[in-house]
Amino acid sequence: MIGGLFIYNHKGEVLISRVYRDDIGRNAVDAFRVNVIHARQQVRSPVTNIARTSFFHVKRSNIWLAAVTKQNVNAAMVFEFLYKMCDVMTAYFGKISEENIKNNFVLIYELLDEILDFGYPQNSETGALKTFITQTGIKSQSKEEQSQITSQVTGQIGWRREGIKYRRNELFLDVLESVNLLMSPQGQVLSAHVSGRVVMKSYLSGMPECKFGMNDKIVIDKQGKGGATEEAAGKRSGHQSIAIDDCTFHQCVRLSKFDAERSISFIPPDGECELMRYRTTKDIILPFRVIPLVREVGRTKLEVKVVIKSNFKPSLLAQKIEVRIPTPLNTSGVQVICMKGKAKYKASENAIVWKIKRMAGMKESQISAEIELLPTNDKKKWARPPISMNFEVPFAPSGLKVRYLKVFEPKLNYSDHDVIKWVRYIGRSGIYETRC
Amino acid sequence: MEWANQLCENRQFGSKMTDSKYFTTTKKGEIFELKAELNSDKKEKKKEAVKKVIASMTVGKDVSALFPDVVNCMQTDNLELKKLVYLYLMNYAKSQPDMAIMAVNTFVKDCEDANPLIRALAVRTMGCIRVDKITEYLCEPLRKCLKDEDPYVRKTAAVCVAKLHDINAQLVEDQGFLDTLKDLISDSNPMVVANAVAALSEIAESHPNSNLLDLNPQSINKLLTALNECTEWGQIFILDCLANYTPRDDRESQSICERVTPRLSHANSAVVLSAVKVLMKFMEMLPKDLDYYSTLLKKLAPPLVTLLSAEPELQYVALRNINLIVQKRPEILKHEMKVFFVKYNDPIYVKLEKLDIMIRLASQANIAQVLAELKEYATEVDVDFVRKAVRAIGRCAIKVEQSAERCVSTLLDLIQTKVNYVVQEAIVVIKDIFRKYPNKYESVIATLCENLDSLDEPEARAAMIWIVGEYAERIDNADELLESFLEGFHDESTQVQLQLLTAIVKLFLKKPTETQELVQQVLSLATQDSDNPDLRDRGYIYWRLLSTDPVAAKEVVLAEKPLISEETDLIEPTLLEELICHIGTLASVYHKPPSAFVEGSRGVMHKRLPARTGSGESTESPDVGTAAGGSAPEAAPSIIPSQGDLLGDLLNLDMAPPTTSGPPPPTTGMQMGGMDLLGGGLDSLMGDESEPLGGDIGGSPAMGAGFGAAPAVMPASLNAPVGGGLGDLFDLGGVGMPMGAYIPPKIVWLPAMKAKGLEISGTFARRAGVIQMELILTNKAMSVMTDFAIQFNRNSFGLAPAGPLQVLTPLGPNQTIEVSLPLSTVGPVMKMDPLNNLQVAVKNNIDVFYFSCQYPISMLFVEDGKMERQVFLATWKDIPNDNESQFQIKDCHLNSDAASSKLQGSNIFTIAKRTVEGQDMLYMSIKLSNGIWVLAELRVQAGNSNYTISLKCRAPEVSQCVFQCYEAVLKN
Repeated sequence: MIGGLFIYNHKGEVLISRVYRDDIGRNAVDAFRVNVIHARQQVRSPVTNIARTSFFHVKRSNIWLAAVTKQNVNAAMVFEFLYKMCDVMTAYFGKISEENIKNNFVLIYELLDEILDFGYPQNSETGALKTFITQTGIKSQSKEEQSQITSQVTGQIGWRREGIKYRRNELFLDVLESVNLLMSPQGQVLSAHVSGRVVMKSYLSGMPECKFGMNDKIVIDKQGKGGATEEAAGKRSGHQSIAIDDCTFHQCVRLSKFDAERSISFIPPDGECELMRYRTTKDIILPFRVIPLVREVGRTKLEVKVVIKSNFKPSLLAQKIEVRIPTPLNTSGVQVICMKGKAKYKASENAIVWKIKRMAGMKESQISAEIELLPTNDKKKWARPPISMNFEVPFAPSGLKVRYLKVFEPKLNYSDHDVIKWVRYIGRSGIYETRC
Repeated sequence: MEWANQLCENRQFGSKMTDSKYFTTTKKGEIFELKAELNSDKKEKKKEAVKKVIASMTVGKDVSALFPDVVNCMQTDNLELKKLVYLYLMNYAKSQPDMAIMAVNTFVKDCEDANPLIRALAVRTMGCIRVDKITEYLCEPLRKCLKDEDPYVRKTAAVCVAKLHDINAQLVEDQGFLDTLKDLISDSNPMVVANAVAALSEIAESHPNSNLLDLNPQSINKLLTALNECTEWGQIFILDCLANYTPRDDRESQSICERVTPRLSHANSAVVLSAVKVLMKFMEMLPKDLDYYSTLLKKLAPPLVTLLSAEPELQYVALRNINLIVQKRPEILKHEMKVFFVKYNDPIYVKLEKLDIMIRLASQANIAQVLAELKEYATEVDVDFVRKAVRAIGRCAIKVEQSAERCVSTLLDLIQTKVNYVVQEAIVVIKDIFRKYPNKYESVIATLCENLDSLDEPEARAAMIWIVGEYAERIDNADELLESFLEGFHDESTQVQLQLLTAIVKLFLKKPTETQELVQQVLSLATQDSDNPDLRDRGYIYWRLLSTDPVAAKEVVLAEKPLISEETDLIEPTLLEELICHIGTLASVYHKPPSAFVEGSRGVMHKRLPARTGSGESTESPDVGTAAGGSAPEAAPSIIPSQGDLLGDLLNLDMAPPTTSGPPPPTTGMQMGGMDLLGGGLDSLMGDESEPLGGDIGGSPAMGAGFGAAPAVMPASLNAPVGGGLGDLFDLGGVGMPMGAYIPPKIVWLPAMKAKGLEISGTFARRAGVIQMELILTNKAMSVMTDFAIQFNRNSFGLAPAGPLQVLTPLGPNQTIEVSLPLSTVGPVMKMDPLNNLQVAVKNNIDVFYFSCQYPISMLFVEDGKMERQVFLATWKDIPNDNESQFQIKDCHLNSDAASSKLQGSNIFTIAKRTVEGQDMLYMSIKLSNGIWVLAELRVQAGNSNYTISLKCRAPEVSQCVFQCYEAVLKN
């Protein structure tokens, strides 16, 4: 299991050092600094073995988090734990920075004592932790409160405490998708997938039992079989169903129920949580198409023309559009003309960055550039990195639709109708590249 | 001493921090000030002071002097302050065992507190205080907490049993905690169950045969129920434990699989991977014609793909595991090629792993896409990645015959880029393609020849020369090309020289008229001017062949070569099976069995996949068909384990007999017998059980073969305290001079197989103040060896030969000579890891050979190492407590006087002796040849065979080595 956990600043100075196992000595702190943080080469692996000691590290801005062990630990678990540790710290004091860590080091030690015992991760749900690890220090609690805390920390529903009350029961669902594309210069889709998340923010009283439904093909088809043909079922539900390749759920979701009936039921944590993640690869709506044209004119000049076409309902507006056209390292000057938005050559980033604030669906726009090159005798050809794109659109490129989210709270007297529900779809570009 | 300086620097860096108030002060009177604040009446001030102490502790300052003052703050109802004090205690209790006892009362009281949080805190902290005396007091509170009414306390107590077991295993057994822990598996609270499972699994690892976990259908059922209810971490503990179970039949196996599959949808990747491990293992038992079997296969792919959208570090872990899964069951991911395409901004470690998997998945169906991708990658920036991509193209050509032509043309395109390393890599793989598809692509030779001048890497040069020789008849100027290489013949590497020799002979046999001169030239270069035996031998063979029977020569040299096989880098099947049982863990990331990187007994147990229960069924998977790698691993359970695995089990023998989990294959009984026979002998010969992994036992060439995972990089931790019969023998030899310094027995440093017939074994000794390296050189080759010389690499203590190696007469075949080489300590210094590692080069008329060995640090202990009493006292206080390390020497039956005189023989001087309550405390000093002093306190209790030793030194790195010497000296 995890033998120790260290946090360093960018210089390699230790900010937090907590050792859980006797086989990890103080010299391990130095070994990691010398061999990884101060190493000359780029990091070649997130797992490093130094003198029979294994170091797992992740970096958050300038901060290094390293878990150390001498045993054959579950490596996936160690990384999941490090991420979780980052989440917990962020939930307590915001951004993970040297200053925040130093200002909260007592709190961090307290957290580390609670969520790792002898190197075994324990309950690390922020909701539960915040009930008894507070920055102000808890005053003496009543006996009931104490046992409520412990039963929550160890209980089946460790992520939610009892007795939550809201005057207004409200919930927000965000369907956040990132659409990834790799396209050949000829417009052939080499790979495309959507990785999506359903984030739920709930302000509900009591212990609400929730059921979430979406246009999952398997569910819709199954319902169809009950009565009419599948097609009729599709029509009746009013919209198309989508094929989900795979999905994963927050620990509050009853997985065995999903496995058996494909229904998503759960008691949500209070506040925000990521209910599910999913991935689709079929019938993706690609919001933009990039058509590149690069021509080499002699050895010292490149002509680039890029057309982008928006491919969605004209009534919708895409935002924050940015096209990044890489330029060779030996670029000496660039002239750009674009129809819409602003374009600039950024020498430090070796790219032309073209920004458009808004663009409606079914439109197209174009940029052309002349790139002057310095003559070089570098034999190596320019690698022509792909043209990448960023954008945000107000729909889900996977086609996912939320069909319902039903809330039942048998003990309190509010019904599903009393809950105010909000749904929002945001599609963002993930790695959206077109080779040129 | 460079590393010592660095250490000092590290300790001071705390003073550079200015950002936060607790991290600031380093004024001189700081400790004094803190002391006053800690004893303040005001609670707030006290708390602030403790915070400052913890901050100092974090940055590595020694604040142990405040121990009593901090412990005084322990009795408080402020939970935050209590936690801070506990944190301090955990850190310093070991160095202040006597004072730590002061804390016991509070602990015991806290364990009875009304607040369950405080009870749990107390039991959690107590387990972390590794002081024997405290451990005894821990038992009663722990027993109560294990039966506490509050689940939070019980789950904490469960882990505490594992902690206690780590400190004192016997105590845990004697007190019956293991049974209580077993009972907790049936606890009503899922988290208690999960922690109990974790604790039991850990304890079971150090008792491979204890049957501690006693998994049976009933307990498995309990675990599976808890699985649905506990936290994500608890699910991991339970799944990892389930993976050790072997179901009785396929029906049970299926029902477990059915209850584990829902976990594949968990958001936590570790839960998913552990579930995959259980499924991969239990699937082995399912009959292949079962519907459920194919359903299960289908269910595995999506979650594995989803892992690739996790954060990059987890992707890396996932990819390393997928690499194993793809080798074991290629059918699972055969349609998922696209997800392994490299993204432009993937971290390099993800890119390299993806590339590996792409090649494994390449098939006729997807080869076009794969090739297009690989071509893109070959234009990237990272040199390693580009090289690997080019090699991958070659491997595709060899794997998928239909694609060979496209691969070759892709490679030619790449050669046109003229990027040096791309060209060289391409030529190497084209050579392999020629070997696989002879007489097909020779038209490209002309293009290759154009790039002859740009090749500067031996592998590429050798490949090119091979091509020219093989196709000499089609290359008009083959003789000119080869001649151009001949000019710098002596500067080439052996690889190139050998190829050049063969190529010219081939050329001669094909075009005898024009090349007579050339062949004579190369033969004389190889046989007369070279001192490389391989080259000479090959030269002579060719010469003789050509001069006696040119027709025969033609038949031999130009014979048709066998085609090369498809995949060469598959993991050896038994290792693969073991690694499949370790999915998700470090072993699966390193692709090495745990025994290669875990110290001690933990994790050395070999895991195996269960055998299929269905009878008469083919072990061949029917749907794999032509997919590569499918059939070899499948057949594995029925064949005799390969050498690698055998070796692993041999190493195990001194720990415990190898255990096969699950129904053993029918041949096992016989194999075990064989192993025992072999094991008995080897075991005592080897002594150091961690060393032979490097593959140098007994000189058997087959032994090291299975260990592709070269653990030689792992430093061996023990320094040759030889156990068993051999050690005793040497001890007897030493009876004549009981006061002499301890000399470890000779061990083989350089096996003959690695050194062209020269075997070197040896040891180190210190005789009358002179350090000597005592060597036995044995010639196991057929020819005479002369011109011996020796040299050392830079090392931690500047050891260097003080004179030449005195081997005056030539060493004939099967002759042995004993040499003793005096050493000085004035050579160049470089810190080694381990500290006492010495890298040696030995040269003779044949070649230069390298080996590394470890010397007992005791030979560096100088004769004037006796410190004045006063100086000793002052020095002891002066050295910070952080530099103190404590060790246990077990099973030593000398009394303190005998120990003292024995140690004196090795220049470990006893300065004072004190007897407190039947315990003898010996204070000793040692001086190393480079002036480092090591102070020691040895505690010997009458009637107790376990000694405790505390070492203090300004360079604490040496402590481990010094301790090893104590152990070696006292036990021999």
